[in-house]
Amino acid sequence: MTDKHMSTQFDAELSGISTRVLEMGGIVESQVARAVYALTQFSSEVASEVLKTEERVNATEVEIDRDLSTIIARRQPTARDLRLLIAISKTIANLERVGDEAARIARTVQRLVNSGISSRLRLPVNDLAYESELAVTQLRKSLDAFARLDVDRAVEVLKADDLIDQEFEGLMRKLITFMMEDPRTISSSIDLVFVAKAIERVGDHAKNLAEQIIYIVKGTDVRHSSVGTVETMVR
Amino acid sequence: MDAKVNLPVAEKAKLSVRNLDFYYGGFHALKNITLDIPEHRVTAFIGPSGCGKSTLLRTFNRMYELYPEQRATGEILIDGTNLLTTREDVSLIRARIGMVFQKPTPFPMSIYDNIAFGVKLFETLPRIEMDERVEWALKKAALWGEVKDKLNQSGAGLSGGQQQRLCIARGIAIKPEVLLLDEPCSALDPISTGKIEELIHELKTDYTVVIVTHNMQQAARCSDYTAYMYLGDLIEFGPTTDVFMRPKKKDTEDYITGRFG
Repeated sequence: MTDKHMSTQFDAELSGISTRVLEMGGIVESQVARAVYALTQFSSEVASEVLKTEERVNATEVEIDRDLSTIIARRQPTARDLRLLIAISKTIANLERVGDEAARIARTVQRLVNSGISSRLRLPVNDLAYESELAVTQLRKSLDAFARLDVDRAVEVLKADDLIDQEFEGLMRKLITFMMEDPRTISSSIDLVFVAKAIERVGDHAKNLAEQIIYIVKGTDVRHSSVGTVETMVR
Repeated sequence: MDAKVNLPVAEKAKLSVRNLDFYYGGFHALKNITLDIPEHRVTAFIGPSGCGKSTLLRTFNRMYELYPEQRATGEILIDGTNLLTTREDVSLIRARIGMVFQKPTPFPMSIYDNIAFGVKLFETLPRIEMDERVEWALKKAALWGEVKDKLNQSGAGLSGGQQQRLCIARGIAIKPEVLLLDEPCSALDPISTGKIEELIHELKTDYTVVIVTHNMQQAARCSDYTAYMYLGDLIEFGPTTDVFMRPKKKDTEDYITGRFG
């Protein structure tokens, strides 16, 4: 039995849309990394680039959704083809939100730069860079797992989500301490709390992607299940 | 009766097939088929040409007996009786298990007589009751409104879709328990097909329906359970939503997703 459809056109459509999802994933991954880099460098320029690219991310979501609807209408897909398309629809929504988080971070950078904070050397932006690295790695792993339809890798992403949550909580404690020690930092510290939260949400979106991969391959909806339950469900 | 083999606990088996083999002369067309057909549900048989789905359907009311070189071994149980070996008159079996074929086959008589003909073979009804039975059957088949003013006209004068509904009315007029539909919509246009699919959905309240179709979307739309067959083997049987969303066997998935090559 072959893995190709009798219709080469259908094959081309499915691989084409999967490729575009991966491209979109690559773009938003880079967006997050660039936005946090802008923060660590307090660069308004890099932040502007991120905001400009954000429009392209939104347009890509709309295009992929449109192509997806066309495939469903024309091909009446079933089984794993249908699950792939349903999962893609959810995946690109998650990727678009990742793009939104990156844009949020970029706008925060611009606000911080414009307010001309002088205490910037004391703000724990490197901790945020570390949290971001964790989140971006999760995203990359999820996209990798999507490319290879690798359930084991997807489960690894689910297991590692706690690390980002822990990092976020640590950051919160640090920022609260900051604010208590020097009330002049309150405004910018609150901005950083929002950035930390945005990064934590990127991690959540990576987790959502991983859940969709399990759905594509196994046909099991593991959303809202604990990691232990998921491991049992995919065995 | 044996324990059910492939149905959820809540379902009752109407027909139980056990180790059924079928031969066209020396050709082994059905290989050790075992499955239960659930009562008051629509079960679809799908598979590529030559897989044995029509052959299997036709064993249920012993249509193969019309041909001497065809034979079946094994069991097909209905209420504990093995259809294949029972000494019961085969016409009585066919009264309990009716069939509708791909090509509409109205008898060369009036619409009324098409329905009454079968009933008369088994029941002696006074005229008024026969009229009521004809009306009932035509209503059940969603045809009454279109033909009530021309019951004396020839059945052959109806459109293809109407003829097929006439055949369904004829089948249910004798109050069978099971209805076998062998690609009932293949010769029909989409609108007629749609009407018959609606009808199939209503019929299952009173009957057990088994439908053979080469149209997978039809199987997905109409049926509660689907059996996928290939080269005389039963590959997979399950609730239609499971078969079309998460088939257990790769062979089944390859067929329904169009990877069959």
